[in-house]
Amino acid sequence: MNILSIFVLIPLLMMIALFFTKTRGQINFIAATGASILVILSGILTYLYLTERQAGNVAEMLFTSDVIWYAPFNIHYSVGVDGVSVAMLILTSLIVFTGVFASWRIDPMPKEFFLWFCLLSIGVYGFFISIDLFTMFMFYEIALIPMYLLIGIWGTGRKEYAAMKLTLMLMGGSAFLLVGILGIYYFSGAQSMNLLDIAANHIPLGVQHYLFPLTFMGFGVLGALFPFHTWSPDGHASAPTAVSMLHAGVLMKLGGYGAFRVAIYLMPEAAHEMAWIFLILTGISVVYGAFSAVVQTDLKYINAYSSVSHCGLVLFAILMLNETAMTGAIMQMLSHGLMTALFFALIGMIYGRTHTRLITQMGGLMKIIPFLGVSYVIAGLASLGLPGLSGFVAEMTIFVGSFQHADIFHRVLTIIAASSIVITAVYILRVVGKLLYGKVQDPHHEELTDATWWERLSVVTLIIAIVAIGSAPFWISNMIHDSLMPVMSQLMR
Amino acid sequence: MNYSAFLQLNEELSLLTIMVILLIYDVFAGEKALRFFQPVAIGLLVIHTIINCVPKEAFEVAGGMFKYTPMQTYVKTILNVGTIIVFLQAHNWLNEKDSIIRRGEFYFLTLSTLLGMYFMISAGHFLMFFIGIETASIPMSTLVAFNKYHHNSAEAGAKYLLTAVFASGISLFGISMIYGATGTLYFDDLETMLTGTPLQLMAFVFFAVGLFFKISLVPFHLWTPDVYEGAPTNVTAYLSVISKGSAVFVLFTIFTKVFGNMVEQWQAILYGIIVISITLANLFAIRQQNLKRFLAFSSISQAGYIMLGVISGTAIGMSSLVYYILVYMFSNLAAFGVISVIENRTGKLTMRDYDGLYQTNPKLSVVMMLALFSLAGIPPFAGFFSKFFIFSAAADKGFYVLVFIALVNTIISLYYYLLVVKSMFLNKSEHPIERVESDVPAKISLVICTVAIVFVGLISEIYNQISLLGFGI
Repeated sequence: MNILSIFVLIPLLMMIALFFTKTRGQINFIAATGASILVILSGILTYLYLTERQAGNVAEMLFTSDVIWYAPFNIHYSVGVDGVSVAMLILTSLIVFTGVFASWRIDPMPKEFFLWFCLLSIGVYGFFISIDLFTMFMFYEIALIPMYLLIGIWGTGRKEYAAMKLTLMLMGGSAFLLVGILGIYYFSGAQSMNLLDIAANHIPLGVQHYLFPLTFMGFGVLGALFPFHTWSPDGHASAPTAVSMLHAGVLMKLGGYGAFRVAIYLMPEAAHEMAWIFLILTGISVVYGAFSAVVQTDLKYINAYSSVSHCGLVLFAILMLNETAMTGAIMQMLSHGLMTALFFALIGMIYGRTHTRLITQMGGLMKIIPFLGVSYVIAGLASLGLPGLSGFVAEMTIFVGSFQHADIFHRVLTIIAASSIVITAVYILRVVGKLLYGKVQDPHHEELTDATWWERLSVVTLIIAIVAIGSAPFWISNMIHDSLMPVMSQLMR
Repeated sequence: MNYSAFLQLNEELSLLTIMVILLIYDVFAGEKALRFFQPVAIGLLVIHTIINCVPKEAFEVAGGMFKYTPMQTYVKTILNVGTIIVFLQAHNWLNEKDSIIRRGEFYFLTLSTLLGMYFMISAGHFLMFFIGIETASIPMSTLVAFNKYHHNSAEAGAKYLLTAVFASGISLFGISMIYGATGTLYFDDLETMLTGTPLQLMAFVFFAVGLFFKISLVPFHLWTPDVYEGAPTNVTAYLSVISKGSAVFVLFTIFTKVFGNMVEQWQAILYGIIVISITLANLFAIRQQNLKRFLAFSSISQAGYIMLGVISGTAIGMSSLVYYILVYMFSNLAAFGVISVIENRTGKLTMRDYDGLYQTNPKLSVVMMLALFSLAGIPPFAGFFSKFFIFSAAADKGFYVLVFIALVNTIISLYYYLLVVKSMFLNKSEHPIERVESDVPAKISLVICTVAIVFVGLISEIYNQISLLGFGI
């Protein structure tokens, strides 16, 4: 069996096993075991991938496997990975792992929660390993629907509204996408829906002008492209901790990854011609998200808007269509995934103790719960791009890359987008100051207890990953960089 | 005349035999023997399905009045399986005090409509087609009015009968115009003779109205919600799946075969009908509280989606259409199965009654949820695959805008399907439906449907088999 299919198989087995569990102990045991296996597996995959590349294997996708599924439509189940997908798989595994520990005491109905959680991760893993448009789209939709129930049942606040809004908007995105995919397949004249096959064929330029915006917007909805980002703040704010982590951390990356893998890779000519429209939109995302975060008082909303801003930066960098910026984009996906997951995990933990998320009602928490406080500061520093942490590497690469364009349009946009770093600093430092330092606002908060072991495990894992990428970024950025060659040669075409 | 040729109609003959056996059984058997009536009926139908499920060579009987093509076997098998599921679900309802004395009639009438559909599907001549459609609709109106002491059911029966007869009349008028224009009613001859002159076009429109009525496409759908609501739930299930499925298939074959030369004209007509069917039905479905009315509108919009397979007119469109019918059958019957179980035990039928159903009846809620997800086209359930294929078939012919409209509509439909899921899983209720124990046949039917919903899409062999026999213009 192909090593990649195991990524999908394990959550499936977990679901079957969960079906027969009775007690919370069993449920947690299965969830933790499965998630740990996934982390180990992604480690093994990375190792195998790097050795294979070192051995001089220059194939575009490695570990490919191809099974004919629906012959009349040329639909295959085909999987394969390059450096970008490997990076995404590592990210997913880490977040699934920490997400499991962050929902160690989920209530009510832990069994159902983890069943949906596993289905969600099947969708995400499947999406990253697929290189067939149909399977990719299928896994994309599999990842969407569990969100409705996860947010609707276990969420907080206006959860029913948020869940419905999120599901419908993302499904709307997938409607664009499906038309795009069908168009790509039929107009390219390829013999299968395999990405590599289609890339070898040429889609007529006239058609690209329709299909590129469709696909880019389809994925852009998930990547919080302005003006389709409105599901994101409500959705993230209402979701339970682990779901916010997975959603902001991984699911939003599906958008960026898909835009890169499908829209840009298959339709490079249209990408060149139409990038400016979307660059403006993503530019708005970046700045608008950051400004919105400044005025929010709910911790989760702050972070949700910050995600809009950071994910906008991912799409922004992809659209710069050069190697450096794209490497930065993928790095940003990784870095933002880890950092935002850490944020949401911490917010969930703080909320579980204080029962409020309004920064006006909290203060001085650093003295009471120092572990969570310190971790929050680290997450904040990563978010505003402190050297040594992952955010710096990513943002640096992005802005260096986008400044390589010599024309005024790109440079002005880059400067505007780069200004978001300053605004990020404003809202991060403001929160840190209000939340962790100063006077204790509520006397009840004096009796709070610090993190439990499962919370610590989850937080420490994420912090280690952030620091690791921040201090030794080259092995991973080289891996990504090398994998961008096919896209670049498409763009040169 | 060579009568042995009629032996080739073994599927029709074996169904007729079952009907006769059941009729005799019902009339002459004593009280004790009648206890086994339902298992025997279901068992016979299962045997009938199994011996007839392998496609044969194409043949003609009665000088081309009856034309068999291998694909018809698959369609008939789908109808058979659907009927078996409906019988399983109706088991409990038919044992109630009101209906037990009329139990035999239910089976007889249902099977006669099925026989009518067989002839309609295999027709090679417009008269045969007309006899088939009438054999299917007149017993159907009796079935709709089966709970004759219930005001709603009787009213629905009358409504169905009147509209069905009216539609058949218009259809017949169209057929007579075709005869007037060409001088023949054989499908084979008509293929070359119908070229799209104004008279023929008018004939086509009149003829098509009859079928559109059967499939309940907008604007011929006005009977649907009332009839679906008034009819006994199991009959509604039958009506929404079996009756509709057969009509859709016939529509495809007649449009592509007989009216093959007028493809541009009917594509234009269908285009409009698909757009308004899907959109209007979806918008109306949002406001429904009664689940049967809700599913009525949902089935109108589903019919619109199925028409996407017709509009392509290709072989792949046909196999996607048959596959869609198959998947739609399992999904819709699962939903109706749950509704009928709950309605029979508690009499509750509105969406608000379903609040908090997951707490008391987790299994039924999960089945219902899977059915609705499948209807909405969510992977990995079968509905996703059938929708994808049918969209793909339409896109293949360049109907991208239509596909896009249909896709936007799937989002609206997802919204109202999720409303039911929301009420079952998210909403809390002070007086939820108490725990209901479903009878064994109903359980079997729900298990069959659930397994099919989950696996039919993943196992590609089913679609591949169907696609081997597809044919288009």
